[in-house]
Formats: sequence, C-alpha cells, structure tokens
Amino acid sequence: MLYALKIASRYLTASKAQTALLVLGVAVGVFIFIFMSALIGGLAEFILSRTAGDISHITIEAKATDPALLLGRLPGQTLLVQEKSGRAQATLPTALSFLPLIEAVPHVIAVSPQVNGSGTLRRGTQTTPVSVIGVEPGRESDIINLQSYLIEGTSRLTAGTILMGQSQIDDLSLFLGQTVKLEAPGGTVANLTLTGIYKIGTGGQNTRTVYINIATARTLFALPQGVTRIEIKLDDLNNADAIATEISALTGLNAESWTIKAAQLKEALRAQAQTGYFLKTFAMITIIIGVASALLLSTYRRRPEIGIMRAMGASRKFVVFVFVTQGALIGVLGGLSGAGLGYLALLPFPRRDAFHAGTLPIDITQGSYGLAIILTVIGAILASIWPARSAARVDPVTAIGQ
Amino acid sequence: MTELLEVRSLVKTFGSGDTETRVLRGLDLTLGTNELAALLGPSGSGKSTLLTILGTLMHPTSGSHTMLGHDLTQATDAELTEFRNLHIGFVFQFHNLLPDFTALENVIFPTAIREGRETAASRARGRELLQRMGLADRVDFPAPKLSGGQKQRVAVARALMNSPQLVLADEPTGNLDRASAVQVMDLIGQINREEGTTFLISTHDEKIAATCRRQIVVGDGLVTG
Ligand SMILES: Nc1ncnc2c1ncn2[C@@H]1O[C@H](COP(=O)(O)OP(=O)(O)OP(=O)(O)O)[C@@H](O)[C@H]1O
Ligand SMILES: [Mg+2]
Repeated sequence: MLYALKIASRYLTASKAQTALLVLGVAVGVFIFIFMSALIGGLAEFILSRTAGDISHITIEAKATDPALLLGRLPGQTLLVQEKSGRAQATLPTALSFLPLIEAVPHVIAVSPQVNGSGTLRRGTQTTPVSVIGVEPGRESDIINLQSYLIEGTSRLTAGTILMGQSQIDDLSLFLGQTVKLEAPGGTVANLTLTGIYKIGTGGQNTRTVYINIATARTLFALPQGVTRIEIKLDDLNNADAIATEISALTGLNAESWTIKAAQLKEALRAQAQTGYFLKTFAMITIIIGVASALLLSTYRRRPEIGIMRAMGASRKFVVFVFVTQGALIGVLGGLSGAGLGYLALLPFPRRDAFHAGTLPIDITQGSYGLAIILTVIGAILASIWPARSAARVDPVTAIGQ
Repeated sequence: MTELLEVRSLVKTFGSGDTETRVLRGLDLTLGTNELAALLGPSGSGKSTLLTILGTLMHPTSGSHTMLGHDLTQATDAELTEFRNLHIGFVFQFHNLLPDFTALENVIFPTAIREGRETAASRARGRELLQRMGLADRVDFPAPKLSGGQKQRVAVARALMNSPQLVLADEPTGNLDRASAVQVMDLIGQINREEGTTFLISTHDEKIAATCRRQIVVGDGLVTG
C-alpha cells in the first residue's frame, strides 16, 4: 500500500535523530553479525588450510597384514605373542594401474603414489629413527606443499638425494650437500645426499619424516613394484567423504577420507561454528528488541494520531501496515548500512590466500552480507508486529480524548 | 427534509456494579438532511458520548441506531470504518490534525485512505476546500505551524473532503477566540447552505448555538429540548 508507505516514511523522517539512532543500533547489530561471520568463517578456513589443507584428503592404504599363524591343534592353552612386523610391508600391487582412473575423478587435483616405510638415519655414530616417504619426482609438493616449507636447497628429489626436516639436521649436525646413510629394517642401506631442508612450524609428526625418491625407496624397501600408499588431494576438502566412497567403489581399494582421522578437528570447527551462531543469534535478538521497543514507544506517542486516522476511516489493517512498514524500512536501512560498514571494516584485513600467523584470519568473502540484510529485515518486521497490533487496537474515543 | 439518521431508546452505561454510570438513558433523536443543529447541555450530560456513538466510534449499550438505512448497531468494525470514511466527517476540539503532515495532506487524508494513495484529483479538491476556508496561502504549511483557528478550518475542510452527509463537531470552537469561532461557524453555515451537509455541533456557547437553525439540549441522558 503506497499510502501506508508514505505515512511510515513520514513518521520516520519526522523524528530524524531518533530514527538515525535506531538505524545505527540496528546497523551495529548487523555489523557484529557480519564481523562474526567473517571471523568464524576465516578462522575455520585458516585452521583447515593449516591442518587439513596440507594433508592427504583421501588416502589409499593396504591393510597391514601380519603373516598368518600356522598353528596346529595344541593340547592345553597356548599363549602366543607375535611382534607386529615392521618388515611385512603391506602393498597395493595393482594400485598403479588405477592411477589414471583416480586422476579422472572430478575434484581430484593431485594423486601421489608412494612407497613408504620406516628406517634409521645414520651419520657416524649418531642414529635417529625416521619415517621414510618415497615420492615420485615432480610430485613432491602435490600433497604437502613441501616447496613452501623449504628453508634451504631444493624440494626436487632425484635418485640418491634426501629431503630432511630442520630438527633432524640439528640432531645429526648435517649440512646441505653432505651424505647420510639410511638403513631399512631389512638391512638395505642407501647413501643419500642432503639436497633440501624443510621446516614445518607446527612440528609434531612431520619432524621425523624424510622424503626420498620413489625409485630409491623401492630398492631400500625391496619393493620392485606396487606402492604402499596413494595420497589424493581435492580442490575442496569438504567433499572428501563422498569422493572417498566414490574412489573405493571405482577401484575396490580402501580409500579413506581425512575426516576419519581428523574427527577432533571437525568437532572443534563445529564447536567454533556453533559459537558463531550463538553470537549471531544474540546480535539478531538485540536488533529485534531494539526495533520493538522503539516502535512500541512510537505507537504510544502517536495514540491521538492513530485515533484520528481511525476516525477518518483508516482500517486496523492500515494501521498495522503503517507500523510494520516502519519496521521494514528500519530493517532495510539498518541492514544496508550495517552491511556497508561491515564490508568497509573488513577491507583492511588480508585476503584469505594471504592469511599468515599473527593476524586475525578474517575472511571478507564470508561476511554473509545478504543473509545479514535479509535476517535483519525479517527480524525488524517481526519486531514491529507487536507494536503494530497494539497500535491497531487503539480505541479512537479514548485516544482522541474528547 | 428527508431523514438522515435516527437513534431510538439509546442507552450508554460505562462501568458496572458500584461504578456504573448511566450516561444516556433511552435517548431519542432524529436528524434530517441539510440540518444545522447545535447540541447543548451541561458538562457531563453526555454530548460527547452521543456524538461518539453517532460517529460509529463507539457502540451504544442498547437502543437502535440507523443512518442512511443501515442498522449500525449490527455492523462489524470493518464495515463501520468504511461507513465513517464515506458518510461521516469529524471535527474535534483537540488533537485534530496529524502533526507530521501539511494542511493539504491532512485535508485529503480521508480520500487517500480510501484510494490507497494521494491522487491529483484529491489534491485539487483539497486545495479548493482550503481556499473556501480562506487558507489558500497555508496549503503546504506543516500542521503544527498553523494557528488554532486555522487548524480548525483545516479540520472542517478535511471533514468535508469525502462529501459526507453528516459532520459531527465536538466543541469545534472551544479553543478559539470569538472572531475565529465566528469565522469557523460562518464557514460551516455556508457549506450547510450550499451543499446540504448536516452538521451536529456540540457547544457550551449560546451565541454559537444561536447561529444554528436547530438547538438540541441534552440533560439527564435524554433530549430535553
Ligand atoms: N470511557 C468512560 N468511562 C467512564 N465514564 C465515562 C467515559 N466516558 C464518559 N464518561 C462519563 O460520561 C459522562 C458524560 O461524558 P461526556 O464526555 O459525554 O459529557 P459532555 O456532555 O461531553 O461533557 P463536556 O461538556 O464537559 O464535554 C461523564 O460523567 C463522564 O464521566
Ligand atoms: Mg464533551
């Protein structure tokens, strides 16, 4: 109704300072909503890229099988203890033939076949246990971006070279270009030249990992064909569960999504998102209470006018419409200005691909601007229903007070 | 003279039990078209109450109320709202104009509410009415900037906007000085002569009442003269 809109906007412009204050209050609520969205979204993005973004999203591994025990029926009870064999490499003998198939699956951006095992690094009298990853040359940075963690040398691996972590170098007092012996559990030894040093800030599991060429790893672990593990990276790690299932079905191999091992991370992210919903809900409630109380005050102040309008033939519906329209206008104005303010305030923060430690990882693209505006308009309309109904119930006789 | 409205055995009581006040006690009244009537009576005699009921802003406790052949005691709130808009104009003593609107916007309100917007035609009629009220130079004045007499003349113009058959005015000159009061009454008399609109005007002022062709006196909840 055009005329109700005219009256509503006239009422809002009649007390400019009051309306401005109300719109500002709504805008602040919207601003908080947007800021929280960008912060929670950016934080999740940051944590994921720093953790799950740098791991294999889908891993195909053979189930480690220990040799079958061939025991005959023995009288009485027999207690048998068998040490889990470090030598018994579980392999995927046919896996390599599936590589083109896996690479063709949508969303797969990298596939890295590996020959992995454990070994001992030896230099002089010093030894240190390491876990060895044998990767194909050219695929070193496909899963973990080794290149980005490199502090010296090259991440490129050729036959006879090794890439080691900073802490191992320190342990063995090694320098770039020196050689080191890597001994496999089977007793095979490889002489390797240190051509690259990496450092992963978060430390932990990666400090014991060394990278070598897959051909070297085959010799070392006596595995002339097949691989022990295939790591797969996706363009969106949130698709991992579905695509892992797809790859399993396609190849018959045991493809496992990163989420299975990273349940705690997912839990933490979910808790964080919930905190965000909580804060955003409070921002909305604040908006609704603010709009409702301001409009309720306005209906009270305008009782005589409402009485006159009713006497002149304005229906209750019309009065409701006037006040709900005021709520909607406040919602639109507050929503737009709050979203604008939010966007401006987020502009100085680095883009999501430029996140680095020490700054708030706020993602301007995750501000949920549209959602914030829509929720605000809906909230403001809902908030105006009660005042509007009370305005419509005004009795013209008592309001005009003759 | 044809009949415009009729109330029979009109009773209005406020409250109940010990605080029950019987304001109207079986009042009968008939108004015809083209009447100019003053409503007199001591304070508290029920003049405003009667005007409010005639204006369909309040239901009587009992009795009949018909206007233009409609039984208004049976009508719903929505029906009464539309009926008021089309057939009845009001002029009140206080709180008459919408303060956030200009004189012209106030005058055309009854038409705009019916048409859903302000049209060029309604603006033209509003201007013409304001001109007749001697307010041609106050058309776009914000309502609060008008003098008391000007406000009441704007209110009269607004009451006439939808060309109603009946205008109810509750002490329209109560707040005005003699000259302004006479001016407002002259305009009312002129409209009544030219358009045949019936006016029922409550007042305490004998001189104002004397300018009307008919005087209705209420007392003890009945028409006494
Ligand atoms: N809503 C109400 N509740 C209770 N009593 C009321 C109400 N409205 C009016 N009355 C009472 O009804 C009686 C008549 O009031 P009304 O306003 O109709 O008188 P009036 O003739 O217009 O008086 P005045 O000349 O002073 O304006 C008064 O005694 C008043 O107290
Ligand atoms: Mg009165």
